[in-house]
Amino acid sequence: MSEGTSELGGGVAVGRLNEVTPPFSSQAALDEAARCLYCFDAPCAQACPAAVDVSAFIRKITTGNLRGAARVILQANPLGASCARVCPVDELCEGACVVGKTNRPVAIGRLQRSVTDWAAANSKSVLRAGRPTGKRVAVIGGGPAGLTCAAELAQLGHAVTVFEAREKAGGLNTYGIVPLRLPLENSLAEVEMVRGLGVAIRTGVAVGRDVQPEDLLRDYDALFVAIGLGGGAHLGVPGEELSGVYEALDLIAAAKLGDLGHIRIGERVAVVGGGNTAIDAATVARRLGAREVTVVYRRGQEEMPAYKYEVDFARGEGVNFQWLAAPVRIVGKGQVAGLECVRTQLAAPDESGRRRPQPVPSSKYVMAVDTVIKALGQAPLASTIARLGLQVKGGRLEVDAETGRTSQPRIFAGGDCVSGGGEVVFAVQQAKRAARGIHAAIVA
Amino acid sequence: MVDLSVNLAGIKAPSPFWLSSGPVTNTAKQADLAFAAGWGGFVWKTIGTPIINVSSRLGGLNYGARRLVGLNNIELISDRSIEDNVREIADIKRRWPQQAVVASIMAESKKEAWQELVRQVEESGCDGLELNFSCPHGMHERGMGAAVGQVPEYTERTTDWVKSVARTPVIVKLTPNISDIRQPARAAKAGGADGVSLINTISSIIGVDLDRFEPIPSVNGRGTHGGYCGPAVKPIALNMVATLAQDEEFGLPISGIGGITTWRDVLEFMVMGATSTQVHTAVMHWGFRIIEDMIDGVTNYLEDKGFHSIQEIIGKAVPSLTDWGKLDLNYQVRSQIVEAKCIGCQVCFAACRDGGHDSIRLQTGTRVPMVDQETCVGCNLCLLACPVEGAIAMARVDQGKPYMSWEQYVSAAGAQGCRGG
Repeated sequence: MSEGTSELGGGVAVGRLNEVTPPFSSQAALDEAARCLYCFDAPCAQACPAAVDVSAFIRKITTGNLRGAARVILQANPLGASCARVCPVDELCEGACVVGKTNRPVAIGRLQRSVTDWAAANSKSVLRAGRPTGKRVAVIGGGPAGLTCAAELAQLGHAVTVFEAREKAGGLNTYGIVPLRLPLENSLAEVEMVRGLGVAIRTGVAVGRDVQPEDLLRDYDALFVAIGLGGGAHLGVPGEELSGVYEALDLIAAAKLGDLGHIRIGERVAVVGGGNTAIDAATVARRLGAREVTVVYRRGQEEMPAYKYEVDFARGEGVNFQWLAAPVRIVGKGQVAGLECVRTQLAAPDESGRRRPQPVPSSKYVMAVDTVIKALGQAPLASTIARLGLQVKGGRLEVDAETGRTSQPRIFAGGDCVSGGGEVVFAVQQAKRAARGIHAAIVA
Repeated sequence: MVDLSVNLAGIKAPSPFWLSSGPVTNTAKQADLAFAAGWGGFVWKTIGTPIINVSSRLGGLNYGARRLVGLNNIELISDRSIEDNVREIADIKRRWPQQAVVASIMAESKKEAWQELVRQVEESGCDGLELNFSCPHGMHERGMGAAVGQVPEYTERTTDWVKSVARTPVIVKLTPNISDIRQPARAAKAGGADGVSLINTISSIIGVDLDRFEPIPSVNGRGTHGGYCGPAVKPIALNMVATLAQDEEFGLPISGIGGITTWRDVLEFMVMGATSTQVHTAVMHWGFRIIEDMIDGVTNYLEDKGFHSIQEIIGKAVPSLTDWGKLDLNYQVRSQIVEAKCIGCQVCFAACRDGGHDSIRLQTGTRVPMVDQETCVGCNLCLLACPVEGAIAMARVDQGKPYMSWEQYVSAAGAQGCRGG
C-alpha cells in the first residue's frame, strides 16, 4: 500500500494501515550488518526454526552480495520476507544474538527484510525449480505451510499443485496478519515467487467441495495437508448475534484487503481475547478511528499469550487493557450497547499450565461499548479432516514429528492444523520437514 | 605544562605535528587554516616547474563500514607557478613566524635546475627544504621523484647539488619503493642531507572497477599506478623509520610519515625514532580540525607518564627493537578466556582451529570455549580476533627459565656437536 489518502470502505485513510516499521536504507543495512560478529556455529541460526544461516547472509550484505544473501535466506525459508516482518525475533534469532550481551543485538529481522525486499524489487529469481522427477504432489491449503512445502518440493523437481479454497493464496499472511506488520503485497509477492518455481496454485478451489480427496489420492503421489484452522471460536454468551459483534480475523482480513465492506467500527470497542490476534485487532480498530479500545482478557497480564512487543505497541497506540475480566453477556437491542463482564481471579494452573480464571462472585459490571471484537482463537476444520480419514487428537492432526506423515502413508500434514496455531516460522519448519518426508517417500 | 617543541636538523617548530607535502599544503589559505587550528609545521606541496594534472586523481580503500583505510593518488606536484608559491610562503612566514614552513621541491635532474630552484625558493624565507626524491607516480616517469630516490648514487649527487647552495636545512624525503631503506638514507647522508623524512607513498593499484574492467581511479577509461597512503601504510612506515633510527651508520634526524591519524600514531612514530611527524591523508579525510585531539591526547599522555618535554620520548622504544635471533625462546605465554566477559561468539575457535594451532575447545552446555593449555603456543591470534575487550588474556607461564635466544641455542648446539665429534 502506498502513502496517501485513498479511502477504505469505512472512509478511513489507507496510510494509517501502512507497515509500521520503516525499511532500512541500504546504508543503514550496511552499517547494521557490520555489527554482526560472524559467530562460529552462530546462536542466531540455531535459534531459527527455519534454520536460516543468519551470519552467512549478513556477511554477504557486507560484501555487497545481495543475491547470495537472498539465496541463503530463501533456500532455508521461502517465506523469508514475511518471517522477516512477523517473527518474534526477540525470542528467536535476536534473542540469541551474542552482541546483545554487551550491546543492542544485531537487527536480524530488519536485515532479512532488506535483503528479501531487494530480491523482490529486483525480480531476482533466487530459487530454481529442480530437474523434473515426474512425481506429483497435491498441497491442500495455500497458507504459509502449504506454500513452503510446495516451494521445497518444486526445488526438488516435483510437480506441485496447491489447492486454495479462498480467493487469494497466502493464508494468514494474506488474510490474518494486520498490514501494519505485514502488508498484503509482501504476502502476495511470496505467492508469486512460489508460482515462479512452476507450482500450480489453484485458488477458489476447496477440497471436499470442488475437488474430492479420493481423486487427489488417485492423481498424485502424495498429499500435503495444510488447511490451517477454521472460523473463530464462539464466545458462548448471549448477544453474540447482535449487530456490531465481529470476528477479529474478519476485521483484519477486511483491513488487509482494503475493503471494510460491512464492518463498521464504532467509537468504543471491546476486544475479547489475549493473543496476538486480539492485540492486532485492537490496534487496527484504533487506527480505523475508534476513540476507545479496550482489550478484555480473563487472565492477568502475565498470562497473555500475546508477545510483549505487540502489547507495548498497542499501548503506544492508545489501546487499554482490562485483565482479569470475562464477558458474560453482550448487551443491546439489535445493536451492541455494552459488554457485561465479571471480574475473575486466578486459581491453580490448568492443563495448559496457565492459571485458570474463576469468576469473582457479585462482581458483574457493564462496559459501555458499541462494538465487540472476538479474538478467541480458531477452531479446527474438523469436517475436512474427517473427509480425509486422518487421525486427530485434541482437534489437531496427528503426524510423525520427523516426517510430517499422518496416519495415512501418502498423506502428510503441517502448519496450524497440526500445531493448533502458531507463528509463521513454525509452519515453515513443519512444512520443510514434511517436504523432506514426502521427497523420501516418493523417490524411494 | 608539557613542552611540545621540537627541532629537526635546525628546523624549529612549536610541536611535532606537521603536515606533509601534498594536496593539503598547496596554498596560503590552507596554511592559514592549518596554523590557526594548531598545526606546528607545514611542508609546502612540492614546488617545481608547474605540471598539468588529470581528473580524476584519487582512489579509496574501504574496510567494512570504515572509509579510506587506504588512499591512493595520481596527483602530481604543484600546478602553480614557482613565483606564486614563493610569494605565498613569504606571506605565511610573516604571519606565522613561530611555525615551521618547509618547502618541498623537485627539479629535473640537472645541477643548474636544482640549484636555481633552491635559490628561488629560499627567497621565500622558508625554514628548510625537503627534496622530493620519492613520488612514485607520474614524476618518476620523467626521471624525477622516485626515479632519483630509488638510485642511491642519484640521491647522493642531487643532495650534494642542493647542499652546496642551500642556506637552510635540507631534508631528503625517501621513497618506500625500494628493498632496503638504509641504502637511499645513507646516500642522502653522504650527499650532505641534514635529515630525512619518510615514507612517501607506496606504488599501488587501489582497486579495479569490475563493471568496466579498469583500474581505479579512472581517467577516461584508463588508470595508472598511484601512490598509496593512509592508515593501512602505517606499519610499513613505522618499520622503515625504526630501521633508520637503529642504523648506526645513518644517525640523522627523522621526520616520520605514513598513515598517522591519531595522537597515538604520533607517539608511536616518535618512540620509534622520529623527531617530528607529518600527517596528510587523515586531514584529507577529516580536515585540519583533527589536530585538536592530537595535541590534547599527546599532552595528556606525556603528563600521565610524567614527561616534561616531548623530546624525552624520541627513540624511547628503539632499543627494544631487535633481531628475531635475539628474542627469548624461554618466554612463554598462553591464552586464557575470561569467562565473565566472553559473549560466546566462538570466533576465536574458528580462528584458532583454521588459522592458529587448533587449541581452542568447544564445551557442551556453554558457548564459552576453553583453551587447551598443553597445545596453545601463545600466538595471540584469538586475542586479536576476539571482539570483546578483555575477554581473552595472555598469561605468562614460563617458569622463570633464563633468557635463551636462537643465537645462543644454535651456538650451544654447535659446541655440543663438536664435543660429540
